[in-house]
Amino acid sequence: MNIGLALIHWAIVLSMPILLVGLVNRTKSWWVGRKGPRLFQSAYDLWRLLGKRPVVSTTASPLFRAGAYVVLICGLLAASMIPLLGQFAPLQFSHDFVVVAYTLGLARIILMISAMDVGSSFEGMGAAREASFATFAEPALFLLIGTASAATGMTSFADLIGHLHNTPHYAIIVAPLTIALLILLQAEAARIPVDDPMTHLELTMIHEVMILDHSGPELAAMQYAAALKMTLYAGLIAALINPFNPLADPVGGVLVSLALMLTVAVVVGCIESLSARLPMRWVPAYLLIASVAALGSMLVIGLGANGV
Amino acid sequence: MRTSKAVLIADLRSSPPKSSYEFSHRCADSLDAGDHLITLFGRHEKSNRHWGTIVTAVFQTTAGELKVFRGQAEDGKHYPSLTHTYPVAQIFERELWEQTGLQPDGHPWLKPVRFEGERQQRMTDYPFFKVRGREVHEVGVGPIHAGVIEPGHFRFMCLGEKVHHLEIQLGYQHRGVEALLLRRPPMALASIVESICGDSSVAYAWGYCAAVEALSNSPVSLETDLLRGIALEMERIAMHVATLNGLATDVAFLQGGGTYGRLRTAIINATQRVCGNRFGRGWLRPGRARELSEVLRQDLIQTLTAFARDFTEINELMLASLSVKARFQGTGIVSTKTAQELGLVGVVARASGVEIDTRVQLPGRVYERFPAELITESSGDCWARMKQRMREADASVQWLLKVLGDTALDLSGSAAPDALGKPLAPETLCLSLIEGTRGPVVQVLETSSQGQLLHYKVQDPSLPNWFGLAMALRDNDISDFPICNKSFDLSYCGNDL
Repeated sequence: MNIGLALIHWAIVLSMPILLVGLVNRTKSWWVGRKGPRLFQSAYDLWRLLGKRPVVSTTASPLFRAGAYVVLICGLLAASMIPLLGQFAPLQFSHDFVVVAYTLGLARIILMISAMDVGSSFEGMGAAREASFATFAEPALFLLIGTASAATGMTSFADLIGHLHNTPHYAIIVAPLTIALLILLQAEAARIPVDDPMTHLELTMIHEVMILDHSGPELAAMQYAAALKMTLYAGLIAALINPFNPLADPVGGVLVSLALMLTVAVVVGCIESLSARLPMRWVPAYLLIASVAALGSMLVIGLGANGV
Repeated sequence: MRTSKAVLIADLRSSPPKSSYEFSHRCADSLDAGDHLITLFGRHEKSNRHWGTIVTAVFQTTAGELKVFRGQAEDGKHYPSLTHTYPVAQIFERELWEQTGLQPDGHPWLKPVRFEGERQQRMTDYPFFKVRGREVHEVGVGPIHAGVIEPGHFRFMCLGEKVHHLEIQLGYQHRGVEALLLRRPPMALASIVESICGDSSVAYAWGYCAAVEALSNSPVSLETDLLRGIALEMERIAMHVATLNGLATDVAFLQGGGTYGRLRTAIINATQRVCGNRFGRGWLRPGRARELSEVLRQDLIQTLTAFARDFTEINELMLASLSVKARFQGTGIVSTKTAQELGLVGVVARASGVEIDTRVQLPGRVYERFPAELITESSGDCWARMKQRMREADASVQWLLKVLGDTALDLSGSAAPDALGKPLAPETLCLSLIEGTRGPVVQVLETSSQGQLLHYKVQDPSLPNWFGLAMALRDNDISDFPICNKSFDLSYCGNDL
């Protein structure tokens, strides 16, 4: 295994959650003519939270506190299998994408259970929303992986994303797949137009309301895990577009991947600056766009394979 | 007892209060005739060694005139509720019950308004409606909220994301304002009146000044009144823009959120340059108003001109945004019929197509000289309330530019008559109506036979409008509550007093 690439992969996994959030916020500030917070502001925020003593509801069970760390560990575990740099992931085995999907699924379940654990009506509402919107997001991810898998015939996540560049229909499917991943990013990382990370209105929240009762290090873990999810999806978009193979050309591959991830953050920031949040009842329809885009790509591959 | 101005003076010696039976009938007749119930309230009074209650009702006829009915009843008396037939009376009868103990029989919604008096320590006993069923759930929000929001408890009865019914429990900020106002000399109440509802300081102060000036028969010059009009319209612009800022932020429309906040600052800073306070405190006092020097006049014109340019641009941007449209259109609808039945007032009523504006119907000399435009929307949803505020703020800018640009006027300080020290007329009732940002601010002052203040009734436009918010939310998504709430932008402290 390529030790150097693995180290770079982990450096990106650990630092990008901070930088991407900073870049999104800076982009938004730029649009409204504000100076905006420092790029690494969220690192200071996390550090501050780590120094705080958590306050835990008396109705919460030990699962509530443990939940935050399970969510974080699941995120990191998934990060080790997701090919952020293209055709490479530190942990790579046959059908590892199933493990990725269900590690993220486990994180989601634990997040929802620990939200409901405190018995607040807000958090139950947030968990219900998370569950129903996840129902629309998960098919998109599987259709997307299925498309890549059908196109390349590979079995590991890194291989099927990496080899996709060499398939005949790549030029057709790259755009819809990118759109699908961007929508998934917005849904999974709780960004506008699906969710609003900046709002103070509990009744409109999805992700934030589930972590309302978390404080101190647990809140830091939850926030970092959310930013990590954004990194993972931004990395997948980068890997999908990045023409360099990191195994053949590590420097070009890594640099282009990094640049693409930062671009994704800027794009996310621009969308957040220019559009308002969707009505909540429209969110399923918005998420279906991702599934439809992935399904369309799959049809292209399927029809292409049959010589149509 | 009739007047076409926004200040009504009634000599109580010529018309003693009627029996409660006759009073109820006259009120019902008036409501049947389509008159608008402006206020209905009571106060305790001891006569012939028995405690009783004097009830006052003020109506505005369809022709625009004000008329007063007064009735009396002994303590604890039951009477047939008007609300049963005329829902507009619901909040007034509740307040009357809470303040005097008169029992409206058959009132469908007899719940405390603000937990004053002996109920003060029993706020946890609020009689909430209950919904039953396996799939319904209740969400309680507040009284402590995130951010800088006044305290109030909202309880949503939901089926999934859909709200069946919302109950609003207020009273957390009850400060005993009406009692406090009787403790100081009537000419020295301006600073208290200005802080009843901090974002409507000017509207309250003007209503108070107009009332004590009328009671002490010391009229002010037209210029003084115009200066008050300028203060009021500045307040209207600032507060409408503050609401628009909130609406933009609540739907995460970043450009609106960034720009409206900046624009509001320009306006309230200009207000500060005139009177020393960003919320207009100290601008109005009985008998006078802070004058505008030539420099300040030019300053205001410049500020408003620059404001208007940016305001138009950001409004166009917000109205053109499809995602903003998706959030606001069809959300929180209050039909014209509902608005009329519930007796909603002010900007909320106008957004539902009710043609009601004190500045137009009871213009007084300020709005006779410089008429205000009657602006209404028809759809009654959040979108209509947002547009209504944009248009009203715009109209206020135009109005101000017209007044400030009128070179025939000298606003730089002519000697004003000194009202202080003059006695109040005895046994007189004075009502003043000022159309503030939210709607008509009603203040009623009553004097004793010695010319002392006997009762000071304060009524914020939010009082009847809170019920409108509860109705607007029915069958809407619970996630849309914040934008419904913000589009109404009602006052908690104005209700709680």
